[in-house]
Amino acid sequence: MMVRSDDLRQLYQEMILDHHRSPRNYGILEPHTHSAEGYNPLCGDQLHLFLRITTDGIIDDVRFTGQGCAISRASASLMTEALKGKSVKEAHQLFERFHRAVTSDPTEIQNLYTLGKLDVLLGVREFPSRVKCATLAWHTLEQALTGGGTTTTE
Amino acid sequence: MLMNSHSITTLTYDVERICRDFPILTIQPYGKKLAYLDNAATTQKPQCVLDAMMHYYTHEHSNVHRGVYYLSERASSAYERARDVVAAFIGARRREEIIFTRGTTESINLVAASWGGTHLREGDEIVLTVFEHHSNIVPWQRVSQRTGARLRVIPLEPDGSFSLERALETITERTRIVAITHVSNVLGLIVPVAPIIERAHQVGAVVVLDGAQAVAHVEVNVSNLDCDFYAFSSHKVYGPTGIGVLYGKAELLDRMPPYQGGGDMIRRVTFEQTTYNDLPYKFEAGTPPIAEAIGLARALEYVTTIGRSVIASWEDELISLCITKLSNIEGVRILGPHHGRAAVVSFSVDGVHPHDIATYLDRQGIAIRAGHHCAQPLMDFYGLSATSRISVAMYSTEEEIERAIAALVECIELFRVS
Repeated sequence: MMVRSDDLRQLYQEMILDHHRSPRNYGILEPHTHSAEGYNPLCGDQLHLFLRITTDGIIDDVRFTGQGCAISRASASLMTEALKGKSVKEAHQLFERFHRAVTSDPTEIQNLYTLGKLDVLLGVREFPSRVKCATLAWHTLEQALTGGGTTTTE
Repeated sequence: MLMNSHSITTLTYDVERICRDFPILTIQPYGKKLAYLDNAATTQKPQCVLDAMMHYYTHEHSNVHRGVYYLSERASSAYERARDVVAAFIGARRREEIIFTRGTTESINLVAASWGGTHLREGDEIVLTVFEHHSNIVPWQRVSQRTGARLRVIPLEPDGSFSLERALETITERTRIVAITHVSNVLGLIVPVAPIIERAHQVGAVVVLDGAQAVAHVEVNVSNLDCDFYAFSSHKVYGPTGIGVLYGKAELLDRMPPYQGGGDMIRRVTFEQTTYNDLPYKFEAGTPPIAEAIGLARALEYVTTIGRSVIASWEDELISLCITKLSNIEGVRILGPHHGRAAVVSFSVDGVHPHDIATYLDRQGIAIRAGHHCAQPLMDFYGLSATSRISVAMYSTEEEIERAIAALVECIELFRVS
């Protein structure tokens, strides 16, 4: 496979392409306790996120549907994998850390904490116009967890 | 036929020489040769436009229509000369019919607020097409909410073609305004505006043409077209940003209330009452974009020197090449007509998102557009959230098209979900 620039190789790592081609946890989750729709007005991308959270606050299952670029799809797919089994509190913390990591200046030495598999998404830092693609799923998660008027309790 | 036009234009069209007039074309993004193919968004500026603006600021700058001193007279005459150049370029009969605005968007908002706000009544209809840019939708939506008028939309046929018959049917006795684009920024479609204008006038409606995509690519003569208003932006026709034009028939503009209040648009002000200035100043409140007007005029003179029809046939050739190449790639769907289009090709690729395509090409120095192109109703018609768009200008080359297509093929190979 020919990818011409190092930045591109960093952005579109094999794991990202894999999650883009076969996204995990793709589909509608029924029944769910929380859901939200994310929308990126810049590109028109849409994402629908569904969560099933137990009464003691553990994310039991999570799925997504929607249209998006490779980055937003892979980010959503990786996020759903990372969230399963986490508490709501841990999910908020992960959002904070992920958001801070992808919006930070790549030249600064940080990342004292690894984000695990999510590290593959850090390539977007070199592509400022694409950061929103990587964070769409995460903003949708925050919206779903905090109500945002679209939370459903079925 | 393509071969024919190819041999003609290569003899007469020296694209390399034209490229040398545009200093920005030598920059190298990521160390790669630049291929700027997003000209429908904005065009680059030739050195003569930059020089004209610099000369103005270094030799002539002052405020216009005010002072009685040397510099103010120089500035005023340069600004007013720019109006004459614009009038001649689009074939306006009178210089007062040229109003300088901030751009196409402000021009359309001016007509919607000033003409629409005073002429529309409940039950009146405003006719648009489904492929309008948001800037030719939202101002009409807003004025219709205030006045009770309704929007009626000329659709595309299920196969994506434009039916003139359907357009004419949509214009009825209730139509007061027809606001349509002259050239679609997504489809490249050159709208057959003449019969639409004729029909609109038969029912007593006025016609506003959004010429943002047209002026740089097709011959525009507002007097021959007999449109009532024509809007365009400087920056899409090799001029600076921050200025645009509204052409309006003097008899309509005369009867319209001012759009904004301020200096220059008045004759006499008291706290009780203000008498407004004559055309065009009634619609030019505040200090105008003087340097920009001068830059725009220089850009139009530059285009005229090269020749609009010569530029158009060069661009047609590049777009034909692009369409032919794209048609040979599996899974590529071209939006809009294969013929009768100007300088723009939008396409979608099965299984590959436009943003990934744009990023991939960007790192090879190739700038194309990905997104909804401010035409979301049209995206909805096609069931797409976004498309990729290649758009050319007078300085675009065959080599740039070839590079873009080659990079696209690589990119599809990388991303396609098999």
